[in-house]
Formats: sequence, structure tokens, C-alpha cells
Amino acid sequence: MNFKEKLSSAKEKTLPVILERAAKDDQYIVEGEQVRLAGEFYEKQLRIALKNYQIIDPLSIDEYIAFGGYFSLYKTIFEMQPGDIIQEMIDANLRGRGGAGFPAGWKWNTAYRYESDIKYVICNADEGDPGAYMDRSILEGDPHSVIEGMAICARAIGANKGYVYVRAEYPKAVRSLRHAIEAAKAYGLLGDHIMGSDFSFDLDVRLGAGAFVCGEGTALIQSIEGKRGMPQAKVYRTSERGLFDKPTIINNVETLANVAQIIEHGADWFKSIGTEDSPGTKVFALVGKVVNAGLVEVPMGVTINDIVYGIGHGAPDGKKIKAVQTGGPSGGCIPPELFDTQVDFISLSKIGSIMGSGGMVVMDETDCMVDIAKFFMKFTVDESCGKCTPCRIGNKRVLEILEKITSGKGEMEDLDLLRELCQVITDTSLCGLGKTATTPVISSMQYFLDEYEEHIQDQTCRASACQSLLKYIVLDKCVGCGLCKRNCPVHAISGEKRQKHEIDTNVCIKCDACLAACPVKAIVRK
Amino acid sequence: MITVKINNKTIQVEEGTTILEAAKSLNINIPTLCHFDLNELGFINKEANCRICLVEQKNGSLVPACNTLVKDGMEIRTDTHKVINSRRVNIELLLSNHPKDCLICGKNGECELQDLAALARIKKVRYDGERIEYPVDYSSYSIFRDPNKCILCKRCETMCSEVQKVGTLTDIGRGFTTVVGTQYHQPMHTTNCTFCGQCLAVCPTGALQEISQIRQVIKALSDPTKTVIVQTAPAVRVALGEEFDMKPGSIVTGKMVAALRALGFDYVFDTNFAADLTTMEEAKEFADRLNGKGRLPILTSCCPSWVKFIEHNFGDMLDIPSTCKSPHEMFGSIAKTYFAEKYEIDPKDLVVVSVMPCVAKKYESKRPELAQSDEVSDVDYVITTRELAFMIKEYSLDFPGLEEDDFDDPLGESTGAGVIFGASSGVSVAALRTAYHMITGEDLENLEFAELSGVKGLKEATVDIQGREIKVAVASGLGNAADLLNDIRRGIKHYDIIEIMACPGGCIDGGGQPFHHGDLTILDQREAAIHQADREKATRRSYENESIQKLYQEFLGEVGGEKAHHLLHTKYVLRPKFIEE
Repeated sequence: MNFKEKLSSAKEKTLPVILERAAKDDQYIVEGEQVRLAGEFYEKQLRIALKNYQIIDPLSIDEYIAFGGYFSLYKTIFEMQPGDIIQEMIDANLRGRGGAGFPAGWKWNTAYRYESDIKYVICNADEGDPGAYMDRSILEGDPHSVIEGMAICARAIGANKGYVYVRAEYPKAVRSLRHAIEAAKAYGLLGDHIMGSDFSFDLDVRLGAGAFVCGEGTALIQSIEGKRGMPQAKVYRTSERGLFDKPTIINNVETLANVAQIIEHGADWFKSIGTEDSPGTKVFALVGKVVNAGLVEVPMGVTINDIVYGIGHGAPDGKKIKAVQTGGPSGGCIPPELFDTQVDFISLSKIGSIMGSGGMVVMDETDCMVDIAKFFMKFTVDESCGKCTPCRIGNKRVLEILEKITSGKGEMEDLDLLRELCQVITDTSLCGLGKTATTPVISSMQYFLDEYEEHIQDQTCRASACQSLLKYIVLDKCVGCGLCKRNCPVHAISGEKRQKHEIDTNVCIKCDACLAACPVKAIVRK
Repeated sequence: MITVKINNKTIQVEEGTTILEAAKSLNINIPTLCHFDLNELGFINKEANCRICLVEQKNGSLVPACNTLVKDGMEIRTDTHKVINSRRVNIELLLSNHPKDCLICGKNGECELQDLAALARIKKVRYDGERIEYPVDYSSYSIFRDPNKCILCKRCETMCSEVQKVGTLTDIGRGFTTVVGTQYHQPMHTTNCTFCGQCLAVCPTGALQEISQIRQVIKALSDPTKTVIVQTAPAVRVALGEEFDMKPGSIVTGKMVAALRALGFDYVFDTNFAADLTTMEEAKEFADRLNGKGRLPILTSCCPSWVKFIEHNFGDMLDIPSTCKSPHEMFGSIAKTYFAEKYEIDPKDLVVVSVMPCVAKKYESKRPELAQSDEVSDVDYVITTRELAFMIKEYSLDFPGLEEDDFDDPLGESTGAGVIFGASSGVSVAALRTAYHMITGEDLENLEFAELSGVKGLKEATVDIQGREIKVAVASGLGNAADLLNDIRRGIKHYDIIEIMACPGGCIDGGGQPFHHGDLTILDQREAAIHQADREKATRRSYENESIQKLYQEFLGEVGGEKAHHLLHTKYVLRPKFIEE
């Protein structure tokens, strides 16, 4: 019995079980041999990378095979030559889902053509953007799709060893992945002589200690090599000289989860989805001030409106959405006037943001854009590896200027200083982290400059988010009961009984105690 | 060959050339900071992390010139507003996190960040924010670290971890507070640092400097109850002139003696005398081991940094280094006994100062076993070549104009064998010249070994002594030494004599020498000067030194005898890599 028959028999045995199970559960819609998630949130999505997510049991390799799993690997080993696989991937134009959007096929082609005794395939699962959990979900819910993608890549470029670099803070993903690797090995789908062929590919998991910068390719390689995870100035491409100086392909989880699908359905099918420049789908972690939050996979080219309002149903409590931040801490803040922008690599970069790994944070009128920029800068300052001058010191200075502005001490010249500094950090930083670190500042200054100016000139924060700028005012409806005075921990409130009280803003520590104590809601915060 | 255009000038260069190198051959200056290229010594700092040497490509993007390889048809500009302003902002950022106390910094005038600041003429640092604050580490006798002045160029780390393979210095922490330091912020004194001083030799700022003993020396010189004698190491005399704008490689022995006398030292002696003494003892030890008394190879033990390195890393091989003290310690020992007796000076009132090309000698002089008693140390103070130059400058001596003077007797006479201690291979060649005589009774005619000269990291030669082939290996740089010892440990290589100097190129490139700022031709000239000084000597074999012969006759007795052993030999200590405080 050849291996395809083994796979087919597993499929025939398991698929009816899944279909029967799904039919009994109203979470699912069963159509022929396909199972989809039910509900409006999912109706508008097109799931390729998340095809099996929340549908199959991730601990069962048979359930993965039941939906066509590992047939693509079989095809690449027994029915295709490495050159054919590369060509198919080039034709599909699958662009890297980790952020940079470099075409995977061309990357593979470089490693394929580079002669070397040893080559490596690495899966970058060092997902670290605040609020992003696409890769974690795939690893937890459908680990075999990543393993199969890696094995196909290895077969194409001629690698025999692979690593999944995943952060230790993802224990469930690590467990699921390790279980899947063991299961695949036991099944003959990993290890020596895969499916009885002369192709061997072994896979190991390497845990990262949570440094955001280790998601950067060269830093990731350093970390796997056992060194301090710091980006290296690139003299050669990783696909020529990467891990241990050998040709190495680093692809992100979502990219790899697409590979088996492309092999199964062909490049033309893949290109029929999405836009010409960015084919396929993209998974977003839609979070923040939005009614329906969650993982969203949509074809490239849908608009931000489609995602935020169509799928996300806008902000809760009838609030107005102010901006959407795409691409994680290195992404830009996009104002509502640009929400009809298509979501693809080119369109997002044209408006000063990036696709990034797929974080999508929605902000409403209670979010201050200067404060948001400060939040993301704080993240990058914490996560900078400290190697190059502009990122190590420059980002810190940007943060300090933002802190100055949000505490009401900003000057108009600070805005010029910010612009210059952000530009130099972008132009001169060593790695991608530094080069994109100031994007939230640059984009928020581009679209929300008036908020910056208000903080500086009027000493106000329209979103009431910057505490130092808040003022507590006693309205005329004060009944002079004295409760606020008694509750104030710093004795900032004065006033005679039954007279309107006053708050000394120089003493006030803005703790909200008076606000809570006032029985007639006569104290307001502005 | 590849054709590139830099600032509209076209040039053809080899593939693999960096933009910086290509620009250099066009006489286009690109300022650098972290970049440091000592290729011949196996050291290139190619981190590209300071972001100062930026140049603009045709597409408008900026790349660091130091580690971007040229491509055919590349068009580069080094002179656009974007390049200049970006560099300026990055310099300003570095200054924003740097103490601006240049007036009281030991590197004032030698600091590469200061040079850059002067180039950019920044009058106000607009980014006035937080600065890193770390305690300054004065714990060791040799090196102090001021992390607040560190600009993260990582030259020291490359030197310490990749070239020297010591691995004491590494970057710690992340983000803004990242700093180059020791494991768990341990004080230097409790680490496995060997105090070779190569880190401070390459540090562009004042983050790593030697612990100066100038003030203590001046205090002793001012004390009328003290007799202060000084000895000068061989490598000092071929480098000191550089501090006074003299040509590199100038031999300034006579002027140096005159300057020391002018500074008020009571007697000016020569470590070369003690080098001859070391040669006698070491040659005897070698001859004995060759005759079956002890294990071969014999490792030279003149270099304190090397000794500490083997104590930390090759604890199973502590029986192979020669038990001889290093020359300046032998000198101290003889001075505090023989000389003190002869001149009727209480050893407690005799102060021995060593002028050394080395900062590890400072630490070595404090090793407890290198003392006559708890109160009487063999050597009291060690100053480096640079520190001597500071003193000469502070006392306004016209160094180039000084009339040449001679060393005092009896500890001033030396042979050519003593002077070559200053260059890599000198100790082993000196030992061979004498050992040959001890074993055969004849003089070795071939006094120089071409295979062993030069500043290469590892050199080998074979010498025939009475039909027996003696295999000699000479390593400089601790990384090369570690490789060599590992090969011996594994039984891959066999030698009879091994000379090791911690600093790449030997003492002429010691951590206490004038900064060469990456110009390696200076080292070649220092080395040539050492060999010239050897050739100019009337006697070139240590046993021909009459003062040495007299010392044995009058005081020590037999070479390698009991008294010699007591005064001139030492023992080694097994040291862990990490010492708990």
C-alpha cells in the first residue's frame, strides 16, 4: 500500500465522524464534506489559513488528514520536482504574512539555488504584537498545517532540518505543536524517509524567552544559535547565509499555513483570491473598541470599513470610531476618512501604515492619539535590544517628548523635534524594529496633528485620557454638603457649608474621590 | 572587479570590498565610530551599531558604509544633506546619554566621541532626557569601567569574547539601559578577566581605562625617607616616543632614562636585566625538563594576563608553565634583597616602580605570592607607557630634546636577549640561545628565527639541539593561546617550548602602550625597533651578561638553585571562572 492510500484510508475513516459530530452542533454548518463555523461574524470571512481552526481536534492527526492534510506533502514528494514547487509558489505570489510581505516563492528560490550541504527551514512563531494572536491560534488549533508547510518548503529547497521558534509564553501552542510533531513522526510524515521516500526532514521546537525583537530574522537566528537575541547587520541574505551560516528560509506561521492549500488547489486558485499585488487572504486580530472582536480572515483588498463595521459592527455604546491602528506597534493610525482604503500591502503603506503581522486595534473618541502614540513608543522602547544608537537612544527621546506633551509641558518646537527624530530613527536604525518604531508617532502626527497642538497650546486632552491635563470643575449645582471636602485625601477642596465649593487645581491629585463622593454630580472632569 | 561611483568619482574594487574601504581608496573620508579594523590581528568590529558612517544610495536609502559590500554599478553619496543631518542627529543622541565631563576624563584628547562632537560642532543637545546611571567599577588593580561613558560600540566585547576568548565583557539588559558589563554585574576583580587591557586599548571613549598609579609614584618620589627605583620594560622604549610626536619605532632608551632621572627617581634600572635573569632560570628549567625532570612542553610565564587565563581555564595544566616569576617581579625580588643589602637600604623604605606596556602588571604586582613579606612587596607601583608619558608632559620635560643617559648599575646591564622580550617570540628565542649553551656548552650561532618574527598570532619553528628536534610554538593573543592549549590537551599537537603573550603581537601591543587607533604599521615599526635594539647590543646571549654572572656569584649561587628558587620562582592558583564575593 503506498502512502497515499494510507492517507486516503485515514480520511475515509475520520471524515464521517467529524461531519456527524459537526451536524449535531449548531456552532457549525455542514455542506457536503465541508464544515464551516456558523454565525454572522464568520459569514463574511474567507478562511484558508484558519480553515481547520476550531473545527478539528488539534491533537488528532487523523482529523487534519480528514480535510486533505498531508496530501499536498505527498504530492510534492512523489509528483513534483523541487523546481516545480518553487515555480508554483512564485506563481501564487504568496507574500510573507509576518509583516514585510516579501514573496515566499522568491525567497525559497534563492535558498533552492544556493548550493550547500545543509539548509534550514525556520517557522517564525515569535508573535509579540500587543493584541495579536493569529499565529498562536493557528499553532494551538491547527499545528499540522504549519508542519506540512515547513516540510513542503524543506522538500523544495533541499533542507533536512527545521526549527519552530515559538515564545515560551505560548504554553498551549507549544504543547499542541510538540504533540503534533511527535504524531507526525510516528505517522512517517516527519523524520527519516518521509512516506517511504528518500526525503528526510526533522523538526524541533525552540522556545524564545519573550523578547519582541527575536521575531526579527537575524535576532531569531542568533537566539536559536544560543546567543543573545540581537539583530545583525545583514551583509548576506538569510536565504543564502542564515542559521549557522547556512541557507535558511524563515517564514511566519500564517505564511506556512497557506502553503499546503496552494499546492492542493494551485497557484491560479490562490491568485483568484485577493488583489493582483497581494493574493490570498489575511488573518487579523480585530481588537479594541469594537463590538465583535476576534480573529478575522478576509481576502486581501477588502476595505477597513468592511472589517471594522461589516464584521466588527463598529464601536460599542454608540461611540464614534476615531482611528484604526494596523500592523502592531510598528503600524500607523488610520483616520475614518481613509477607512475605504483596501487592506493590502501596497494600499496600507501608501497611507503611512503597514500590514504588519495582522494586528488591528480599533480606537474610539475616548482614546487620545498622543497617548496612543506614547503607549506604542513605550512598548518599542522596552523591546529595543539596545544595539544601535537611533533605536536605543532615539526612541527613548521620542517617548520623553511625548511624555512631556501629554503632561502639559510640551512646546510647539517639540513637534519639529519629533518629526526630525522620527525620520532619522526610521532612516538609520539597524533592523526592522527600529526602522518602524516611530510609525505610530509619524502617522498620528500626520492625521491627528490638531490633538498634539491642543495638548501643547490649550493644555487639553479631548479624550480626557491624559491625566495631567484633566481639570476638575465644580458646577453651580453644588449644594455645599461638604462630602467632597471630607473625602479629598489632599485637602484640595474648600468652601462654606451650603455654599459652592472650590477645588485648588494646584493641590488636586486627580484621584476622582470627590467625583465619586458628590451626591448631586456637581463635579465634572474635563 | 566591481565598478562603483562614490560622490561621482568612479573606482574599480575587488568583490567583497565595503563602501568604507572603497571610499578610502578614493580619499573620501567617512567618519566612523564603532568600526575598528585590526584585520591582521584577527580583530574586526563589524557590528555597524553606532550608525555614524551612513551613506546614501541612489534610491535615497541610508546604509552603513562599514559593513555594506559594494555592488556593481552602485552609486553612493557621502555628502548629501540627509547623510550629514542623520549623522549629526545620531551624534547628538549619543551625547544626550553621555556625561559631558570631558575636562576631567582620562581620555580627554584621545576620545573618538569627542572628535566626532568636534566635527559636528553641536552646541546644544536638544534631547535633554534621562541618562543611564551605573556605578563605576574601580574594584580591580588594573582596569576601571565607567559604563556611563559606554556608547555600545562593542569593540571591547568583540576583543574580549572573540579575539581573546576570555568572555568577561558582554552586553547586559536591553533597550535604553543596555550596557556592556560583566556577568551579574560582578566587579571586575571577581570575574575571569585577565586584565590584558586590550578592551581599553580599543575603547573609543573613557568607558574603560587603566587604574592610574601616577599619584602614588609622585607621592613616593616626594618622600625623602624613601629610595625610589624604577625599571622599564623592553617594549616601553620603542613606543614612548610616539607620545611626543616622534616617529613610530624610534628607540628612545637614553631619553627615557634621562626623563626618569629628571622626574626624581633615585636609580633607573632596566627590566631587560631581569629578562636576562629570567632567561637563565627558564633555560635551566627547560634543560632539566628535557632531561626528564618534569613535563614538556614548558610554557613561558612572563605574561601575567596569560598566567591568570591558564589559572581560570586550564586548571588541569597548571604544572606546565615555567615556575619563573615574570622579569619585573624577579627584578623587584632582587631589588628588595640583593640591591637593598648591597646599598644598605631597609627594604621597607625601598620603593620599586615598574614602567610597563601592560595593565595586567598592575594586578600582578598585588598577587600575594609575589612579595618578600606581608609588608614588602616585590614591586610597589606599576605605571604604563602612557602614564609615564603623562608624567613627562605634566613635568614639562622636552622629551625629544633630552640628552641621552644610561641605566644605573648593577641592575641596568642587559643583553639583546633581554630586549627581545618586548616582541612576540622574544622570550622563547632568548631561552633557546641560553638553553643551547647550557645543554651543549656551545654558543648558538643562528640567533634569529625568521619563522618566529612578525605579529602573526601563531608561529612555529624547530631547533636542533644535539640531534634532538626542539619544537617551538609562539602564540600571541589569548584566543590563539586557548586554541593551542586545547590542541595540546587533546593530544593533537606536541611542542617542547611554548611562548604565550596575551596581547595580539606581544608586549609591543600591550594594553598600556600609546593608542595606535587602528594603524597597524605602528606595531610593525615597534617590532622592527625591538629587533634592531637586539642587533645593536654587544652581547645577545643572557649568560654573557656580566652583572648577571656577578649576581649569581655574589648572591644567588647556582642557576636554578635553592636561593634562586626561593626568590625567583612562584606558584600558580587554580581559579574558578566565577568567584563568589
